[in-house]
Amino acid sequence: MLTPIEKKVIAALQGDIPVTEQPFLELARKLSISEDEFLNIVNDLNERGIIRRFGATIKHQKSGFKANAMVAWKVDESEVESVGRVMATFQEITHCYRRNPAPGWEYNMYTMVHAANEAECYEAVNRISKAVNQDNYTLLFSKKELKKTSMKYFED
Amino acid sequence: MTDSDIRHNENAESNGLDATDRKILNHIQLNFPITSRPYQTIANALDMTEDDVVRRVKRLRETGIIRRIGGNFGPDKVGYHSTLCAASVPPEKVAHFTSVVNAYTGVTHNYLREHHFNVWFTFIAPSVQTIRDNLARISSDTGISPILNLPSTRVFKISANFKL
Repeated sequence: MLTPIEKKVIAALQGDIPVTEQPFLELARKLSISEDEFLNIVNDLNERGIIRRFGATIKHQKSGFKANAMVAWKVDESEVESVGRVMATFQEITHCYRRNPAPGWEYNMYTMVHAANEAECYEAVNRISKAVNQDNYTLLFSKKELKKTSMKYFED
Repeated sequence: MTDSDIRHNENAESNGLDATDRKILNHIQLNFPITSRPYQTIANALDMTEDDVVRRVKRLRETGIIRRIGGNFGPDKVGYHSTLCAASVPPEKVAHFTSVVNAYTGVTHNYLREHHFNVWFTFIAPSVQTIRDNLARISSDTGISPILNLPSTRVFKISANFKL
């Protein structure tokens, strides 16, 4: 569970922290706590894994990975665990989840596949399909980014 | 995060970054110090001066190479719930549907995809019920139904490109 002050610290850290010599001092002052107390809370949140990553987020639009496909797979539930572990080892896959299927949508595993172009995406998915011995899947190439932002927690 | 998760990209040269910029960027994506004088800590690690690090980071921030510096939180770790949603939206209704969906702050990612189910978005909220209520409201506001609600039950991998 998170304490009220921890929630305030999380809210303070989820934006863009100032680029100054003592950025955490500025943030601490806004919460009327000492810099030491602020730093202790941040380090504690980090150690507890509540902060997934603290650092700079870089603009990657010119990266070499221009095509991305979401691949939805229908995998027998008894094989989900072993298939997921193998899928996770592929460097082309950045995200891999099991999700509940829904009425009219039988797929239960999802992978995000990144490659230089669509042909390489198909090629990678073909290799992954063979490696996990699963061939019931569908590719959904992204045509347009409609929204991309980071979540703001505890702001109300 | 293992070495196999880290992938190189060709960002650096095309953005006019020098070797020192890249060294700083590689360092502060994963190891931004949580200390009183973080830029002094970085300077010590990279054998630079605090002034030089601050100056370069300010420039990288101003030119947009650095989008932001801050914390990234997993929804489940802060007591929130997240899900992936999909809808089949006729082309002429995509713009309206998108404006309704994107107005929710809990919708953080939304993509148009080539498929019968063509609009895919993520929804984060304090409770499962809030997500269900909001999806029902989106359906009634847009006439688009069903909206698939596909919460994850097991995460095998989340990674990103950090190496410049």
